[in-house]
Amino acid sequence: MEVEAATLVGDGLKYMGAGLACTGMGGAAVGVGHVVGNYLSGALRNPSAAGGQTATMFIGIAFSEALGIFSFLVALLLMFAV
Amino acid sequence: MSNETAGAEHAAEGGGLVFHPMDQFIVRPLFGDTIAWYTPTNVTLWMGLSILAIVVLLVLSTSKRAIVPSRGQSIAELAYGFVYKMVEDVAGKDGVKYFPYIMTLFMFIVCANFLGLLPMSFTTTSHIAVTAVMAMAVFLTVTILGFYLNGFGFLNIFWIKQAPLVLRPILALIEIISYFVRPVSHSIRLAGNMMAGHAVIKVFAGFAAVAAIAPVSIAAISAIYALEVLVSFIQAYVFAILTCVYLKDALHPHH
Repeated sequence: MEVEAATLVGDGLKYMGAGLACTGMGGAAVGVGHVVGNYLSGALRNPSAAGGQTATMFIGIAFSEALGIFSFLVALLLMFAV
Repeated sequence: MSNETAGAEHAAEGGGLVFHPMDQFIVRPLFGDTIAWYTPTNVTLWMGLSILAIVVLLVLSTSKRAIVPSRGQSIAELAYGFVYKMVEDVAGKDGVKYFPYIMTLFMFIVCANFLGLLPMSFTTTSHIAVTAVMAMAVFLTVTILGFYLNGFGFLNIFWIKQAPLVLRPILALIEIISYFVRPVSHSIRLAGNMMAGHAVIKVFAGFAAVAAIAPVSIAAISAIYALEVLVSFIQAYVFAILTCVYLKDALHPHH
């Protein structure tokens, strides 16, 4: 009986952990928005230089997005692997 | 990931989704039940199909070498020019030598991603086993190439000359950690993006069974599908461009 209760509590905590891990996506959203917003404001000030910097913008997006993907991965691991 | 049981349990519960959104990523053998290293599975099938798509696009459609290109030939020429310019811009003139490698990576990932968007198909790039091999290959290539071309001068990428002397050891530590995290983030970025997008589509597809919200759900699927087409391309682009960035480190370690 107690073992059953413990596994139920453990399962609940697992779902809570997975849900909490998803808050990391908010951080990635802020990061990506910051990169693109700054690129856009720079591009509107100097449109002739914008074309050459798109690649740099995508690299920046990729780096900040990776951390959001890590939090998604933690959530997946909690749900299916732990 | 052992989610076959999770899906079965979920379906048995009755309420909620009829199918599990992660069921689409299960590796199944095409014939029989057991999986050995030589068994043809749905992963090998869709990998083979993406290679076939590349051959059709890059070899068959350009075989005429028409001066006024057909549709297939102009797509192949656009892809070639796009990747060539990317390598030249990011890795520099001497990085062009490694263009075939990056073109191969880009074409394979973009074809696998696009084929994965077909309904009932399998996205090979959504598995970390597939992307990790590509990312580790890039990591090992860059490390070996860096030591081969520069000797121990390659270690200069960890020792930043522009920074004040006091900060350099701390920066070196951070740089070394970020160097070894590269293959992890490189592979997980692609696999995670593909897996997340496809799982989201499946979650919305599950809501389509409820009559009251079916129109909203179908509209959402269409919108997310359009987003996924964009993400498929951008992730292949990001994978290729990060390979170029890492390659530049190997070619010019003096910042």
